[in-house]
Amino acid sequence: MSKGIELDCDVLVVGAGPAGIAACVSAAESGARVILIDDNPKPGGQIWRASIQDPANPKSHDNDAASWLRRLQACSARQLLSTRAVACLSEKCVLAENENGSIEIAFRHAILATGARELLLPFPGWTLPNVFAPGGLQALVKSGLPVHGKRVLVAGTGPLLLAVAAFLKSKGARIEGIYDQASWRRIIPFAMTLIKRPTLLVSALVYRASLFSSPLRYGWWPVSASGEDALRLVTLTNGIQTKTIACDMLACGFHLIPNTELQSAFACKLVEGKALVDEWQKTSVNGVFSVGESAGVGGLDLALIEGQIAGFAATGKEASARPLFPKRDALRKIAAAMDRAFAPRPELRDLVQKDTIVCRCEDVPWGKLRQHHSMRHARIYTRCGMGPCQGRVCGAALNFLTGWESGAKRPPIYPVQLSTLIREPQATPKEKP
Amino acid sequence: MPDLVKMTIDGAEVNVQAGATVAAAILMSRSGFRRSVHGELRGPVCGMGICFECRATVDGQPQQRTCQLHCKDGMVVNTDE
Amino acid sequence: MNVGTYDCIVVGSGIVGAACAASFAKDGMQVALIDSLGAGLLATAAGMGHIVVMDDSPAQFLLTKYSQNLWLSLSDRLPPTAEFQKCGTLWVAADSEERSEVERKHALYQDHDVPTQILSKNELAVLEPELRPELEGALLVQSDAVLYAPIAAQCLTLDAASHGAVIIDSEVISIGQGVVNLRDGRILQSQRIVNAAGERSPQLTPGLPVKKRKGHLAITDRYPGFLRHQVVELGYLKSAHTLSADSVAFNVQPRITGQVLIGSSRQFDTTSEVDHAILGRMLARAVEYMPRLASCSIIRTWTGHRAATPDKLPLIGPWPGDETIFLATGHEGLGITTSLATAELLSAFFSGQTTEIPIEPYLPARLGEGCHA
Repeated sequence: MSKGIELDCDVLVVGAGPAGIAACVSAAESGARVILIDDNPKPGGQIWRASIQDPANPKSHDNDAASWLRRLQACSARQLLSTRAVACLSEKCVLAENENGSIEIAFRHAILATGARELLLPFPGWTLPNVFAPGGLQALVKSGLPVHGKRVLVAGTGPLLLAVAAFLKSKGARIEGIYDQASWRRIIPFAMTLIKRPTLLVSALVYRASLFSSPLRYGWWPVSASGEDALRLVTLTNGIQTKTIACDMLACGFHLIPNTELQSAFACKLVEGKALVDEWQKTSVNGVFSVGESAGVGGLDLALIEGQIAGFAATGKEASARPLFPKRDALRKIAAAMDRAFAPRPELRDLVQKDTIVCRCEDVPWGKLRQHHSMRHARIYTRCGMGPCQGRVCGAALNFLTGWESGAKRPPIYPVQLSTLIREPQATPKEKP
Repeated sequence: MPDLVKMTIDGAEVNVQAGATVAAAILMSRSGFRRSVHGELRGPVCGMGICFECRATVDGQPQQRTCQLHCKDGMVVNTDE
Repeated sequence: MNVGTYDCIVVGSGIVGAACAASFAKDGMQVALIDSLGAGLLATAAGMGHIVVMDDSPAQFLLTKYSQNLWLSLSDRLPPTAEFQKCGTLWVAADSEERSEVERKHALYQDHDVPTQILSKNELAVLEPELRPELEGALLVQSDAVLYAPIAAQCLTLDAASHGAVIIDSEVISIGQGVVNLRDGRILQSQRIVNAAGERSPQLTPGLPVKKRKGHLAITDRYPGFLRHQVVELGYLKSAHTLSADSVAFNVQPRITGQVLIGSSRQFDTTSEVDHAILGRMLARAVEYMPRLASCSIIRTWTGHRAATPDKLPLIGPWPGDETIFLATGHEGLGITTSLATAELLSAFFSGQTTEIPIEPYLPARLGEGCHA
């Protein structure tokens, strides 16, 4: 059996969203041999994902996208797309997989730009067809799903809600409303901090303007979704009143949480669910950096800056990285303010009922879970987290509901084809019968 | 005129715009996507290969995450349904 | 602070400890069962849950056969979540030498009333179409079964509790001279302290000839119908034999979900991290026997530690170094299978009754010098 491809490089960048692209370009332009991998077929991650209706223009109100993507194509980095990092073979070698087989990539430095995923919280009916994560619905629409004429309700929390609603509206959806659980008391101070970053504030106002005909409400959250074979109605509350809205699709997500599985595989220290990094974006593991949302959700500009800092630091160009520190630090402050503004409120813990499914892969309801006292217990006795999502969805939900931590991750960090993990014995196998 | 890709979804021939993902193609061409382990109806949620609710059998290979697969000419897709 | 005197204290609620506690409680003993983690969360949760008659030695054969019968009797009372399936084991032969081994095993098992059937190459192909066709046939042991062990351990623990056993959720620091010391300062007393702490048993009873033997497992996504029986290569016994080298052997199990559980590996290694080299060898071996496993999706891998003794038999009975300590440990890869028999043997021993099978081969004293405190 063939051993699979072996590659080596100076800098391995995992993730081709804005942070990874910035890291890759900075490292390559500094003269390093760079390999960039991403599990999507095109670079850009989620925020710069091109729409199939408009493939030349990545979706962004931001001219940066086109210019960064140009620099990426022009630089010397080798791109391996539709390629997923699945395990750490050692501190200096990552195992990846694509449709052709397995790839072992040896490196001197690794920059992990693994991005974030949406926090999905369970409530009755959340598993109905046509209930999507906001970014998820946006991605599906960009990859061909028509929404023209569909009544879409957007709920949950976070800046993504407005952006997604505006996008869907531009594709012909009827936005029935945008309901963010964040309260005005928290949003207003956050909006004040954006005065220092007027571009962000302007974007938000532009979205709001484009959505003028749809109600935008703060301090409301979903309590249930219902329908026979698919979604028909969503009920929301503000703690005092409730309202029920008929719709075809619900885009509901509660902001973003960092993807840190690869960082865990490297045994990087994590704090509050994100990689702990120093001023150079270095993690606790020698030679491993973490940038962008994986080091703490903070948006596009922060991702670009952190990517550059790491790209320079990994190639001995600290002098080029240092000038970026003040802007990075300022953006980090805004990111922290954003986290506080959109923090999910305690009432969201009371939405689950006894028979509400929490583990979607294995159909484990809340009633079976609440008696346990750790994620490990819950997993072993109820199968929660034993499915293919490897506890990504239910683990994040349970961490919010109960405080349970997910614990050590074993490889592979995504399901892989068995052949990817095969290693032939080194010596002649005397112990074979 | 955008390029079209001819594929089969649950036996029915379907024309899809080139570049579309299999998940989008399934959602466009039929109601019902897949069932959970206890038979509940489910569909794609996260759109980025995390939730695994978009799985279908593609060209004979089961358990494929269709939100990350681009449609190809001649592709044969079978859902649970 | 003394929290009580018991007829028997069982340390460890893995499958062996839980079985012991249930048995002693049913005998009317005042039992305390102590574990800091919960029922069946170490080797019990990591292993394959295979209930199998094995004939590495006459003593192993007798013990596994006895215990398997006990499992078959118990199976009706297990809940569906214990996933008990009497799927049988197929010992597959890769060459003519192994084919002879099939004949030998068949004769031995038949002599001892364990129903078996020899399958030809073609019959094997019909029963398990995913096996590569060049195999030389197999021995089918119909009465072998599989189950989901942590739930079984949990059931046995609840059984013990329903017969009056006290379950204590606490860490044990030391045992000896009739005393069990807990981490929180509490003390329990008994003239019968059963060390059923598996891979941790030597920490509680220094000098115990038990070593950790690391194993790897991998599990696929759901492929219903891919596999119907537990299938094991005859070379498995050689792997379980070697006392020093790292080894792998083909050993796969169908789970009720349609997932395929893939083993097995053995290393004397106390770390818990997945070892990619040996995992890779184990999977390579699996694909040699079932080629289409190569394209199945692996969703999880993990490790566990078996409690291994020098002669591959468990330690059941009094510990010569301390007359208040009794052992129920060292079951290596047969803990699930032999847990019930272990409990019965100790029960009979405690009540002075004749054991169903001779207990001598498993008595800790058999290992002579090495096991005096």
